Amino acid sequence: MSAKPASPATPHGTGGHGHHASSGHEHPASSGHKHGTLRDYLIGFGLSVVLTAIPFWLVMSGVLANNQLTAFVIMAFAMVQIVVHVVYFLHMTSASDEGWGLMALIFTLVIIVIALAGSLWVMHHLNTNTMPFHEMQQVP
Amino acid sequence: MTTIDAGHAPHGSDVFYLTQDHPHPEGSSTLLGFWLYLMSDCLIFAVLFAIYGVLGASYAAGPAPKDLFDLPLVALNTAMLLISSLTFGFAMLEMMKENVQRTLLWLGVTALFGLAFLAIELYEFAHLIHLGATPQRSAFLSSFFTLVGTHGLHVTFGIVWLVTLMVQLRRHGLIEANKRRLTCLSMFWHFLDVIWIGVFTFVYLLGVLR
Repeated sequence: MSAKPASPATPHGTGGHGHHASSGHEHPASSGHKHGTLRDYLIGFGLSVVLTAIPFWLVMSGVLANNQLTAFVIMAFAMVQIVVHVVYFLHMTSASDEGWGLMALIFTLVIIVIALAGSLWVMHHLNTNTMPFHEMQQVP
Repeated sequence: MTTIDAGHAPHGSDVFYLTQDHPHPEGSSTLLGFWLYLMSDCLIFAVLFAIYGVLGASYAAGPAPKDLFDLPLVALNTAMLLISSLTFGFAMLEMMKENVQRTLLWLGVTALFGLAFLAIELYEFAHLIHLGATPQRSAFLSSFFTLVGTHGLHVTFGIVWLVTLMVQLRRHGLIEANKRRLTCLSMFWHFLDVIWIGVFTFVYLLGVLR
């Protein structure tokens, strides 16, 4: 594991790992971590408020008559809000930690998708295909 | 990464290695390491979400989300956590300006919003248990209390950590180590807010829709 891009003596540049990171955005902060600005936090907060308020309003008022459509829309809002938080609050971009942080995030997302989709898929089939209630009630 | 193995070189036996690693400043890899911890924590929550996804409709003839969840209260709770994320951001900005007093002030405000979040959540849990919707009642309630309770436990430890750091700041000021610790805690705090997005969407909103 090589050192952070903030230490100027490091021979590794941010561009060395295939990420087109412009080092001009890096703050020369003590720890080499990319910190946000006031603008970042306010934009992130504003977007989050909107992205939280709309799903709550949709469910509480029941504007969309179709429940499935509402579910789809609020899940889409959640995805967008998670991205907003990761970018504006956690400052996770391809430039931070020479891309290793983003790599870890992508790897984790792959595992999460496998775990969630796999569990739901397998257990749904188990529930529908091995439901014994009907037959059992026939047995005297 | 310190050794460069040239075992397949034409001469066969030549092994090159660097005798000395390039210098790392103290704590230079802490933030990446903490990020990796957060990712593993994320997997814990992914598993709990999967359990809730599988068991969330098994009511055992007991109460369903529609009968239990009070959406205005959840919205208030969400607002508390979201505002605390913003105030932690303000604390980080003051930290970068080397202003100890104002950093402490914003950290205190963050702790208050965190405590408000916990108080509302504990009130909700107490209300559910009072109604007889205990974790033992159905698989849905077991998985609900496990998922939301684990998140609440994280927030609790986050507040303990925050108060500890406030004491550290008072004693030692904004030294390098304290800045690093604050940056780790800010990642932890924002991460908990990200998890809460999943909770209020998948547990509360989708639960009431079902």
